[in-house]
Amino acid sequence: MTLSRREFVAAAVSAGAGLIVGFYLPHGSSNKNNRSFSPNAYLRITPDNKITIVVARSEMGQGVRTALPMILAEELEADWKQIEIEQAGASTLYGDQTTGGSASVRTTWDPMRKAGAAAREMLISAAALTWGVSRSSCSAQNGIVAHAASNRRLSYGDLADKAATLPIPSDVTLKQPKDYKIVGQRLPRVDTPAKVKGEAGFGIDFRMPGMKYALLSRCPTIGGKVMSFDDHESKKASGVSYVGKISDAAVAVVADTVWGAMEGRRLLNVTWDEGPNKNLNTAAVMDSLKQTASKKGATLYSVGDVTKAKGRRITAEYQLPFMAHAPMEPGNCTANYSATGCELWAPTQVPQDCGDSVAQAVGLDPDQVKVNVTLMGGGFGRRLEHDYAVEAALVSKAIGGPVKVIWTREDDMRFSTYRPASLHQLSAVLDGSGWPAAFTHRIIAPSISGQKGQPVPGGVDPDLPDEAAFVYGLGNVSIDSVIAETPVPLGWMRSVYALQVGFASESFIDELAAAAGKDPLEYRLHMLAKDQDIQYFTTTWHTARMRGVLQLAADKAGWKSPLPAGRFRGIACFACFSSYMAEVVEISMENETPRVHRVVAAVDCGQVVNPSILEQQIPGGIVYALSNALRAKITIAKGRVVQGNFDDYAPLRMEEVPVVEVYAVPSAEVPTGIGEPSVPPLAPALCNAIYAATKKRIRALPILNS
Amino acid sequence: MADFTLRVNGSDRKVNVAPETPLLWVLRDTMELTGTKFGCGAGFCGACTVHVEGEAIRSCSTPVSQVAGKNVTTIEGLGANGLHVLQQAWIAEEVPQCGYCQTGQIMTAAALLAKTPKPNDEQITQAMNGNLCRCGTYERIRKAIRRASVTASGVAR
Repeated sequence: MTLSRREFVAAAVSAGAGLIVGFYLPHGSSNKNNRSFSPNAYLRITPDNKITIVVARSEMGQGVRTALPMILAEELEADWKQIEIEQAGASTLYGDQTTGGSASVRTTWDPMRKAGAAAREMLISAAALTWGVSRSSCSAQNGIVAHAASNRRLSYGDLADKAATLPIPSDVTLKQPKDYKIVGQRLPRVDTPAKVKGEAGFGIDFRMPGMKYALLSRCPTIGGKVMSFDDHESKKASGVSYVGKISDAAVAVVADTVWGAMEGRRLLNVTWDEGPNKNLNTAAVMDSLKQTASKKGATLYSVGDVTKAKGRRITAEYQLPFMAHAPMEPGNCTANYSATGCELWAPTQVPQDCGDSVAQAVGLDPDQVKVNVTLMGGGFGRRLEHDYAVEAALVSKAIGGPVKVIWTREDDMRFSTYRPASLHQLSAVLDGSGWPAAFTHRIIAPSISGQKGQPVPGGVDPDLPDEAAFVYGLGNVSIDSVIAETPVPLGWMRSVYALQVGFASESFIDELAAAAGKDPLEYRLHMLAKDQDIQYFTTTWHTARMRGVLQLAADKAGWKSPLPAGRFRGIACFACFSSYMAEVVEISMENETPRVHRVVAAVDCGQVVNPSILEQQIPGGIVYALSNALRAKITIAKGRVVQGNFDDYAPLRMEEVPVVEVYAVPSAEVPTGIGEPSVPPLAPALCNAIYAATKKRIRALPILNS
Repeated sequence: MADFTLRVNGSDRKVNVAPETPLLWVLRDTMELTGTKFGCGAGFCGACTVHVEGEAIRSCSTPVSQVAGKNVTTIEGLGANGLHVLQQAWIAEEVPQCGYCQTGQIMTAAALLAKTPKPNDEQITQAMNGNLCRCGTYERIRKAIRRASVTASGVAR
């Protein structure tokens, strides 16, 4: 494999510092930041025989601090025990540091492997030179280069300084998957021990001398503002040292302790200008989606001609509500502002955006803002926003010292950025045998990027190319999208639009199978029977791989074998973030409420880097999706978010959790996303099971309180 | 403001705080024991679970005045000599993803095992149902509790 100068910048040479290789990690789906190329990750081998991998991705539970180094260590032929991880802060050096889109492994697979292989070759060369033997007579294994003929060995640490004086090879041979010793192994995650001891450093745990705590009182109506405030009572609360307006819509209360700030905020009296949305409610939002539906759509995928098909027409409309990410760690960020700079300690998926937004908000140059990235107590996309960081910096500037801004759970629920509500109009024409002669899906939803003022090229939200593919090999298909407007703040939430699109599409496919009187699995397999490449934006999907996961899930679930009385099954499949996923959900109905007993999930995500992490991420996504499907619903009344805590926005608890079985299609293809792909098929598979049980079709989420 | 003395992880700790201050913030802000987490502030999620006289309680909803003079155990003091059997089981089963709720989960599980050394599935569910995990680690939590209960009862030792 060739190494281009664009990928490898230098083997930085510094006497006694060992070998440092800088390389470039691209971000797969990002067009959000057009940063110039520069090396953004480093491999450092020091004479004390330590190998440090600096990674500019954030750990939010998805295992990135373990998986990425595994990839590099494999090609390096390192001893896994030598590897240490260093978390990078924000830097213009690092390309786009965004952690999202299930992209970390799939976009760093090649650069990580190449960097490891290049370093390995340099270490072998260094040994060969030291011994005066040919390179080909030396071999590397477990962090040691050996010369078998003379039984000589040198550790990577011994060789690091010499290797650093050698040129980076222009060509390296990557290992064959059959020779992998680290990739594909169930290596323990590096972050586990600290997390079970209570020693892991989440953003909320960071502290520094002199640090105060702040809570903000934010305008409860969307788009409202502060008119005036009375801090007389507030300032009596214990340890409250500052109360002040820090933005158009927020007043900060600063105290020596979190509790003091909470009490101070409780006693604060703010008069709000409720603004233009004070009468907004959920019904109005859904109405406006309906109004928008007849507008001209932007084509996402079109093949054949859907207007000419003759036969039995079936139509259906599906809708989904706003949802909140609700990560366990509420929003927070620590900032220390001075006239010459601002340092942040941020649990963030976007350290660079935090830095840029903070610089703008407090009037500094971007390079005067230093962002340190902490562990995150869940992200799910919520920490792609920069609001916490900006607030912390503004408060720090106002008080002239370090401060941690903390959000309460109610703040998190009511001032979040929500998964867009959406409406889906589907239509199909069934031929005489019941197969779809035409299939159309119109997606009506507000654009997350558009609302944030980011580019929406061709009227297509930039997330839809990763999240709205239709991988059935039908002859006449039209998928389009219409962008609706809403004042409700929008954000990217785990699997983003794939959840909505998958729910509508895979439920409707089930409707078609039922209308045709065919088994829902057989119906799907028939549409996937022919091997086809389906080009959707820049991704080429393969019907064979979709067929593979469907068949695997069905086989493992025993689709063909009868269920005990009172048990019912549903199936769905979806492809997103370059992975293929199928799920079979097994339920019973108890008082018209579904109880999910078992979920069998099959994934084709290419080469599995760490099966244990896969078996965390897939069930994790399924539990998250089951929460969403059953109950997740953010509603708006009088311009305010109604839900406030885990009582009225109630995630799944242990009593509701099904047994989840995970099966991966054996594959040596490039690894693809695993954080999000298990989310979309769950709701349709569940609703299809409910249909099997009750003959009632659920066309709106959530299931339990729509 | 008032003085309170608490016995935290075996040591007497004197604090001067407002009496209604939740134990959670006394532990986190005053004593710098940040292994106990803030999740909801209302007793819904269990991230703040600690032991008071061996009982699992929600420290976010327990005023410090109620625990004056009492024995408080946090995650930092759970394993008197190294890691508690549950912490070992949590590592062996690779339970945590983001990890934020896990200290609360472990504290709840420890209170369960102290009373019911070999809980059945229903007892595990009943004990753990108040602890939320948004990463969906519930099945591994269940496995880890089973593993710890076997280890603690000497079968696998």
